[in-house]
Amino acid sequence: MTDAAHPQVVSRSPILDAVVQAPGALYLLAILSGVLAIWTPNFFSTANLANVALQVAVLTIVALGMTLVILTEGIDLSLGPLLGLCGVTAALLVTAGYPLPVAIGSALVIGMIFGAVNGTLVAVFGMPPFVVTLGTFGIAQSIATVLTKGDSVTSLPAYYRWFNDGVFFGIPVPIWTTLAAFALTWFLLYRTKFGRYVFAIGGNRRALILSGTRVNAYHIAVYIYAGLLAGIASFIMTARMNAAHPTIGLGLEFDAIAAVILGGTSFEKGRGGIVGTVIGALAVGVLRNGLNLLGVGTEWQVAIVGIVIIFAVGLDSMRKLNA
Amino acid sequence: MSVESVKIYSRWTSLDSDQLFVVISRLIALALLITALSLLSPHFLTWSNLINVLRQASLQFMMSAGLTIVVLTGGIDLSVGAILGLSACISASLISSGYVVIGIGSALLAGAVCGVVNGVIVTIARIPPFIATYGMLWIAFGLGYVFMKGEVIYGLPDTFRFIGAGFVGFLPVPVTVALVLLLVLHLMLHKTVLGRSIYAIGGNPDAARLSGMPVTQRLISVYALSGLLAGVAALVVIARLNAADSGLGEDLLLPAIAAVCLGGTSLFGGVGGIMGTAVGSLILALILNGMNLLGVQTFWQSGVMGTIILISVLVDQLGGTRLVRQQ
Repeated sequence: MTDAAHPQVVSRSPILDAVVQAPGALYLLAILSGVLAIWTPNFFSTANLANVALQVAVLTIVALGMTLVILTEGIDLSLGPLLGLCGVTAALLVTAGYPLPVAIGSALVIGMIFGAVNGTLVAVFGMPPFVVTLGTFGIAQSIATVLTKGDSVTSLPAYYRWFNDGVFFGIPVPIWTTLAAFALTWFLLYRTKFGRYVFAIGGNRRALILSGTRVNAYHIAVYIYAGLLAGIASFIMTARMNAAHPTIGLGLEFDAIAAVILGGTSFEKGRGGIVGTVIGALAVGVLRNGLNLLGVGTEWQVAIVGIVIIFAVGLDSMRKLNA
Repeated sequence: MSVESVKIYSRWTSLDSDQLFVVISRLIALALLITALSLLSPHFLTWSNLINVLRQASLQFMMSAGLTIVVLTGGIDLSVGAILGLSACISASLISSGYVVIGIGSALLAGAVCGVVNGVIVTIARIPPFIATYGMLWIAFGLGYVFMKGEVIYGLPDTFRFIGAGFVGFLPVPVTVALVLLLVLHLMLHKTVLGRSIYAIGGNPDAARLSGMPVTQRLISVYALSGLLAGVAALVVIARLNAADSGLGEDLLLPAIAAVCLGGTSLFGGVGGIMGTAVGSLILALILNGMNLLGVQTFWQSGVMGTIILISVLVDQLGGTRLVRQQ
């Protein structure tokens, strides 16, 4: 068994190890790109690649938060509807005439409150994460639809589109936002005490409690951070659609989980990381883009992504059995 | 509660303190709900409304029964609603074209096949149940959409609709079916080898495996049973609605889990039972009926379901001694 604390000492060959241990996402990405390059000449066009990058931005930001949650051996199913709720909140406030910072701030606070509720119920009360977040899934979805009476919030001010259309130094704002979210998550995960505890909670929460650490605060903070990132992603989503719809995020949590697992983060023992997640999000994005280019309908896409996720987790657990 | 008093309770009631807490809290909830609703709405205590509640509770019970058995093994089946939707679409299309028997068989078969796939993925590929069945949820939804191509099937033959809309004596058929199912599943859980091994696996999977129990085989049967029961529920639902579309199973997952949680079955496995789910379904049906009578917008429903799930699991965590299992 290998893990972060006890790396495998006896190595057959570094290259072979790298090949075996690379996340499945890398292979999927390589194979998909190859196939798509041959079948659809449009795939490697600049326009299409830029399109993929923009599509992947929202998914990557949500998946970064999901990675931290999964590293603590948890799951957050509420992130999809939560993204919808945050988007609706900000859009309603902006259209009601409140200044943009107030609208954005309120949406982020709502994301963090939901995260805090999730984290508290999981960490303090020991409830299973998927049940807790399924409960808040329903609550977030309900509040979002009640706020808008089931409709979309349209007629947003023109400046709101900046979240998607804005460009800095030739790079679109969603890409900058994704890079910033990645940098922040990387710093938190690999350069702070918080990050070390994230890995430790997944590795052995009990040992951490017995060693006298106040685990709960860190455990709750993980869910709060995931909620915050979902809030940030919601602004890009709203700007891209030029409308906020309460159910826009449904199913996004599923793509995010797929990205995290394809990226090599494991459901057990706090193994994995966020670099893999970015590759995983790209793989899911390219998969969806490719299915679109090939003219595969959304209904098949849903089923295919479902099969891919099960296959990826299956490979992951097979690999662990062999290790 | 001291050890002494627990012993006395258990001698009187053959329940341990955890189960006693669950039973008493649910009876109180039921009594409060019935009192509140009869005070708030003059229509509540009418014969037709009560029959309506019973029918709703029976449908809810059928959707949650299979899930309960999976949860008892310490697993979860997030795909029940989606499997129900897929089975409903396939059988409705066959039944509306006149193949009633083949249609019924195909609903059961589709449910069981999805369940077996779940079981194989969970046991042989060793994927955590919630992720395996979450994947299956999207696969079944996707296949349902592919199969229906966005159409709605409407108008099923009257002979078939009897399952959903008919009466046996004064009881509606769904209520009768649910009662039979409750009896059969209760006996299965408490009097058969499979039933006892379900509790054993949920209580301690390693001990079950080490004692020589064919855990893999039993777990696959359990997931297959869950899928099969989703198929049964699908038949009753389409017979009642007289229609089916691919979105049928979309909003069924939250209520299904809510009924199991309300029934006091522990999500860590090994504790609880099918009787609890029957009571949970009844409480849930009363709440939904109350919301209808009081004119609450349907937008609130999923929020209410979510809140019910959180509160009932939290109450059991605090009231029982299950917290010990998590830490």
